[in-house]
Amino acid sequence: MADPSTSRKPFSSEDAPGVGVQVEHLCKNFGRLEVLKDVTFEVTPGEIFVLMGPSGTGKSVLLRHIVGLEAPTSGRVTINGLDASADQTREAVRIGLVFQSGALFNSLSVYDNLALYLREHRLGTETEIRERVMHALKILSLEGAEGKLPADLSGGMNKRVAIARALVMEPQLLLYDEPTSELDPVMSATISEIIATVKDQYKVTTIVVSHDRDLALNIADRVGLLMQGRLTFLGPPSQLMHPKDPVIADFLNPVIDIHHPRFLKLAP
Amino acid sequence: MKQLNSIFEGVGSAILLFLRALGYAATLPRQSARFFEQCYMIGYTTLPIVAILSFFIGAVLALQAGYSMEDFGAKQWIGSLVGLSMARELGPMMVAILLAGRVGSAISAELASMKVNQEVDALVTMNIPPARMLVLPRLAAVLVMMPVLTIIGDLVGWFGGALIARYTHSIDISSETYFAALRQYTKFRDVLHGLAKAEVFGLVVVLICCNIGLNTRGGPREIGAAVTRSVVVSLILILVLDYFISKIQTS
Repeated sequence: MADPSTSRKPFSSEDAPGVGVQVEHLCKNFGRLEVLKDVTFEVTPGEIFVLMGPSGTGKSVLLRHIVGLEAPTSGRVTINGLDASADQTREAVRIGLVFQSGALFNSLSVYDNLALYLREHRLGTETEIRERVMHALKILSLEGAEGKLPADLSGGMNKRVAIARALVMEPQLLLYDEPTSELDPVMSATISEIIATVKDQYKVTTIVVSHDRDLALNIADRVGLLMQGRLTFLGPPSQLMHPKDPVIADFLNPVIDIHHPRFLKLAP
Repeated sequence: MKQLNSIFEGVGSAILLFLRALGYAATLPRQSARFFEQCYMIGYTTLPIVAILSFFIGAVLALQAGYSMEDFGAKQWIGSLVGLSMARELGPMMVAILLAGRVGSAISAELASMKVNQEVDALVTMNIPPARMLVLPRLAAVLVMMPVLTIIGDLVGWFGGALIARYTHSIDISSETYFAALRQYTKFRDVLHGLAKAEVFGLVVVLICCNIGLNTRGGPREIGAAVTRSVVVSLILILVLDYFISKIQTS
């Protein structure tokens, strides 16, 4: 952890280089249900890795393994060589997770949501904490929202507060779970810009779980495609522009044909 | 077999949670705001209902004792019966039952809701252990407030008994007689036995409710189920523990 007594600019990347993430032969079963099947990939420090895939294919479960909220059935996930599920890893590496729902603390104001991490880890005086919180709010264009409760925020603001809360931690690894879901196209583009800007400025390793094709193509350094629990594609986003695999092509460029038998079945 | 497994699992995870929270005991001084907030929730907001209930328990005890003891010409000993019953048994038990119903259910609902809304997961990713921030202040507060509530409950119960013994026409014994009998047979040791019970009950209720709340999975429906389960388990444990603690104290 950073020494609170040291005066330093908020969100400097000087002492927070991005970390590498290694996922090796990861399998996860819930009872008899196999959710993840032998998933292997690596995310290099400072990279934006976007994990795509249809709904219910295990993307969020994979993210929960990386952050240590789930233990693998077999295989392992490491962050800079440290077991992701061990408590010590969270002490050694600052990991920020932006939940799909925001997961803001409903009983705390926006300001207190952001200040909680700093206060709990005693990272500065109240004045320093205020400076860091206000700086994060400014980055996310949330000035004036500090006194509001999460219940009073719109969907877009909720996401931005969740990102600001993660940013305040000065994370070395920043994970986003469906950051653009339930947002209009303009807000989705704004969030995409924020993710790219944060990565560029703070060199933080970024993993984004999304099924937003535009977000993946615009901001990713590399893309992983998870389908039915297996990683079926791993490579730069340019390779996804003209996929050869028909299943991948169908997922990325779905053609809606109302005369298709599956639609005709719905007809009375 | 499956239910037995889940009971053992629940006991094991509650003990683990207790040990984890205990491991963070040194952080309590800097969590003083949370500790006092929990003292307020557990103590101050429960006090009126404890007082009302204890008053009427003392009153009913005096009334029933007066009715039964009149036949033996032993009305003057009503004070000893009310005094001992409140101090050793009814005081701590009624406070614990109220704690389970009023505070335990609220703790369980709050933590279950935090779990379902992923707020607890957010704490874990921020390296803020839920046992430290959510459990420890509640355990410390209940340990401080249970004796206070129990003593107040005992006193109000004794007073309720005295009032009924004095002003009920069929009993009609003076307050001096009532309190003389109470003082003669209710020793400081009896009050201490009651306080020891209250501490155990309070600790168990808060621990069970925290554990069930923090292990809730699913959606809003599970929050309601968690609250029901935590209150039912707490009430059963209070009665079972009451037997064993009484057995130890009287042997």
